[in-house]
Amino acid sequence: MDQRKCECGHTNPVGTLLCESCGKPLDVEVFEQTQFPDMRYEGMARRSQTYSKKWIDRIWNAFSSVKIAIGIIIVILVASAVGTVFPQQQYIPVPVPTEADVARFYTETYGTLGTVYYELGFHNLYSSWWFVTLLVLLGTSLVICSLDRVVPLYKALSKPRLNQHKSFLKGQKLFGEGELAPEADQAELLDRAAVALKKKGYRIFRAERAIMAEKGRFSRWGPYVNHIGLILFLIGVLMRNIPGFYLDEYVWVREGQTVAIPSTPYYIKSENYETTYWSEEEMPEKLELNGGAIPKNFQTDAVLYLNKNADVPGKKPELVEVQKGPIVVNHPMIEGDIAIYQSGVQEMQLGALNFVLVDAKNGNKELGAFKFDLYNPEAEQEVAAGIKVRVLDYFPDFIMGSDGKPATKTNLPKNPMVALEIVDGTAQVSEKLVYLQGSVLTQKEDARFNLTFQKPDLVDISGLNVRIDKAVPLIYFGSFIFMIGVVMGFFWQHRRIWVQTQDETVLLAAHTNKNWFGLRREVDGLVDQLQLPVTIEEKTKA
Amino acid sequence: MQLIQLSDWLLDIAFLLYVISSVLFVVAMTGKNWAGRDPKQHEERYGRIAYWLAVIGFLAQTGYVIARWIGGGHSPTSNMFEFMAFLDYCIILAYLIIYRIYKLTVIGAFVLPLGVIMLAYSYVFPKEVTPLIPSLRSYWLHIHVTTAALGEGILAVGFAAGLMYLIRTVPQHISTRSTKWLEGVLAVVLMLVGFILMESTFSRMDQKTVFEMNKEQMNAIGQMEKVRVEYTMPAIVAPADSKIVQAGPMNPWFEAPTWMEGKDAARKMNTMLWSVLTGVILYGGLRLIFRKRLGAVIQPSLEGIEPDLLDEISYRAISIGYPVFTLGALIFAMIWAEEAWGRFWGWDPKEVWALIVWLFYSAYLHLRLSRGWIGAKSAWMSVIGFVIILITLVVVNLVIAGLHSYAGV
Repeated sequence: MDQRKCECGHTNPVGTLLCESCGKPLDVEVFEQTQFPDMRYEGMARRSQTYSKKWIDRIWNAFSSVKIAIGIIIVILVASAVGTVFPQQQYIPVPVPTEADVARFYTETYGTLGTVYYELGFHNLYSSWWFVTLLVLLGTSLVICSLDRVVPLYKALSKPRLNQHKSFLKGQKLFGEGELAPEADQAELLDRAAVALKKKGYRIFRAERAIMAEKGRFSRWGPYVNHIGLILFLIGVLMRNIPGFYLDEYVWVREGQTVAIPSTPYYIKSENYETTYWSEEEMPEKLELNGGAIPKNFQTDAVLYLNKNADVPGKKPELVEVQKGPIVVNHPMIEGDIAIYQSGVQEMQLGALNFVLVDAKNGNKELGAFKFDLYNPEAEQEVAAGIKVRVLDYFPDFIMGSDGKPATKTNLPKNPMVALEIVDGTAQVSEKLVYLQGSVLTQKEDARFNLTFQKPDLVDISGLNVRIDKAVPLIYFGSFIFMIGVVMGFFWQHRRIWVQTQDETVLLAAHTNKNWFGLRREVDGLVDQLQLPVTIEEKTKA
Repeated sequence: MQLIQLSDWLLDIAFLLYVISSVLFVVAMTGKNWAGRDPKQHEERYGRIAYWLAVIGFLAQTGYVIARWIGGGHSPTSNMFEFMAFLDYCIILAYLIIYRIYKLTVIGAFVLPLGVIMLAYSYVFPKEVTPLIPSLRSYWLHIHVTTAALGEGILAVGFAAGLMYLIRTVPQHISTRSTKWLEGVLAVVLMLVGFILMESTFSRMDQKTVFEMNKEQMNAIGQMEKVRVEYTMPAIVAPADSKIVQAGPMNPWFEAPTWMEGKDAARKMNTMLWSVLTGVILYGGLRLIFRKRLGAVIQPSLEGIEPDLLDEISYRAISIGYPVFTLGALIFAMIWAEEAWGRFWGWDPKEVWALIVWLFYSAYLHLRLSRGWIGAKSAWMSVIGFVIILITLVVVNLVIAGLHSYAGV
C-alpha cells in the first residue's frame, strides 16, 4: 500500500504530512501534541521537504530555507552597520578629486582603522560586488521561499478542513472533549454552536456531525503578498540599470546663463538665484545666533528649454521654452520624466570686472567704462571714440605654471588675470596692460592709459541635480503592496474552531496563526455559552 | 510666544504626572504583599489611579504637542528635544492602546518609567523652537517623522513586555548567563538614568570647563579662530592637543586619542564616561541595598502574571509596530528623500540604521513565525531590537555625521 494513501481512502501526494481530506497524520502515530506536524503549512507536501536528490533540488532547498534567509538578512544587517562606521566615499566632507586623496582622507582622519577600512573597500561598501550579491541572494530566497510554501498552502486553504479525523483535532494546541448525555440532541448542539460563532463573525461550514467556523482566512496570504511587494521593489531597483531608465546629472548654472543638460534634449537657464533667511520677527522664539542666520529658502528661478534640433547632429540648437518657474528645495521642477532639484549653490562669485579707462597724462580723465565678462569676454570693444580695448590673454584662475609661464588652474574665474591692449586709432598709440588681483601693471612707467575699478558683477551659481528614475512608480507600488501584505498578515488572524460530535462525545478544537490569547478567550466564551461539558487544554510545544 | 510658554508648562505637567503614575504603578505591583491588604484589591486600586494619571498626563502632552505645533509653526519633530519628547508621547500612546486590549496593570510599571526616562532625556537638549531650514520645509516632516516615532513607540512597548518576560522567567536562584545579561540590560538603563541626572545637574551649576584646540575654524562672521570646546560636566578626558582656557571643577585625567578628531568627540566621550560611571554607581548602590540581583528584586512583583501573556503582548506590540515603522521610517522616508534629494535611497547613515532596525525585526518575525522562537529567545530579540532603535536615534545622530545630523546638537 502506498504510504500516502490514508485510511479514509484519499490518496495524498508524496511529502504530505496531514491527510488532505481527513486531516489524520500520515507518518506518525500521534500520542501527544508535540509529535503533531506543524500546522503552518497545513501539513501539505512542500517541494523542498520532498525532493533532495538532484542538484537543482539542493539549490531549491537551500533557498527555500527560512534559516538561510535569516542568515542572509543578518549578514546584510551587519555589513550595513559596518558601512556607517566611517563615512562612505560619497559623503566625505572635503573634496577628494583623486583616489589617492580618498585614501589619504581615511588614513589622516581615522588613523590605522581608517586605512584598513579603505583597503577593505568599505568606503564604497553598498555598491561593492559582494554586497550587491547578498541583496540578489536575498531576492532569490524571497522568490523561492514564497513559491515553495504558497502553492501547497493555496491547495490546503482552498478546501476547508471540515469533518476531520479525531487525531487531527487532538493535535491542535487548543483541544477539549467531553461526554454528552445519551439523550442530548447533537444536531441541535451543533446548530447552536454555529449560530453563536456566526454572531462572532465566523463563516460556518457544516457537515452532518461537524462544523468548522473560520475567520480571517485572507490574512494567511499576508506574508506572500508582502513578499511579492518586496520582489516588485527589488525588480524596480534592478530596472534602474536598463539604459534610459535612470539618469543622474549635475549642472552648475550661473545667473543669466543657459546650459545644456547632458544626455537630454533640454537646456536650463537660471534667471535669478536667491537665499532668504528667517527674519527675527518670523522666529517664534528669540535665538542666540552669534551673528549667524538660519536660511529659510534656497531658490533658483529657472527656465527650461527643449532643443527641437536635438535629434539632428551638428545642427544649431533651436530652443523652445517649455517651463518657467522656481526650483526650491523639496519642490523640484518636473517635466515629464525629468525632475530638476535645487541642490547646491556658490554665492557671490565674480561674474564680470568693471573697468574705467583713464588718461593718466591728463589728470586721470575718464575716457570710458567697459565690462570684462569673465565667462564670455569680448575680444575687442570700443570704449571711447577711436579707442579700442583688445583682449590679448585671459587666465580665469591664474597660477604661475612650473615652466614659468602663466596658466590657469580651473575654468572658474576665481583669480582672473587679464592682459589687455589699448589701441587709440586716431593717435596711433597702442599700450599693453595687465590686470591681476585688484591691481594693474602697465607696460611702461609713464603709460598714458590706466584702469580704475568699479564694483565687479557678482553672480550666484546654482547647482542643479537632474534626475530621471522611471522605476520609482514600481518601487512605490512594491512598497504599497508590501504594506497591504503586512497589514493583512499582522492586523488580522486566521482563526478556525472545530466542533464535532462522535458517538457520545463532543470534540472541540481551535487553531490560529497568532494571538492565541484572543482565540482562547473566544473558545472559553463559546464553552460557557453552550454549557459544553468540555475543559479546554492549552498545550505549549516544548 | 505665549503658546510656546504654555506648551512648556503642559510638558512639565505631563512629566510630573508620568513620574507620579510610575511611582503608583510600582506601589501597585510591590505593595501587593503588604500586611493587612487584599492583594488583588490593592493592585486594582493603585493600578487604576496610576492608569488615569497616565491618561491625564497623556492629555497634557497632547496639549503640549498642539500648542507647540501652532506656536512654532511646524510639527514638534524638528530637533532632538522635540523628537525625543514626541517619541515619549508615542510610547505612552502605544501603552494606552495595549492596555485597552489586555487590561494588564503591570505593563504600566515598566512602560511609564521608560516614558519618564525618555522625556527626561529630551530635556537634556536645547528647547528653543528653531525655524526650519529649507530641507525640512515639507509636509513630509510631519508625516514621516511622526509615523516613524509612532512605530518606534509601539516597538518600545514590545521591548518593555519582553524585558518583563525575562525578569519574570529567568531563574534567579543561581547565576547564569541569562541573569548576567539581564543585569547588564538593567545596568544600561541605569546608565541612561545616570546620564540624565549628570547632565541636568551640571547644566544648572554653570561651572564650565573650556578648552581651546590647536585647530582653526571659521566663525559666523567669517574670521578664523581657534576651535573652542565647552564641557558642562567636569572634565575627565580632555580633547587631543588642547589647552584649558577656563578651568572647571577638576583637572582632566587624560587626553582623548588623536584619531577622535571631531570637534565634539572628546566632549561626547567625557559625557559617556560620566554616564557609565554614574550608572555603575547607581547599580552598585542598589545591589548593596538589596543584597541581591536587581532581576531578583523585581521578580516577585511579577509572579502573578502568566509568562505566555507577556510573550503574547510583546509579540503583539512588535507585530503592530513593525508595519507602522516600515511605513514611517522607510516608505515615507523614501518618498520624501525622492522629493527633496531626487533619490529615494542614498545609504546615508540614518537611512542605513533605519534599514538595520527593519532587517532586525524582520529576522525576529521570521524566527518567531517560522522557526518557533517564542518565549525567552523572542524576548531577548525584542530587547536587542530596542537597543538598535536607541542606537539609531541617539548614537547615529550624535556620533555619526550625516544628512540627518541637523536633528542633533
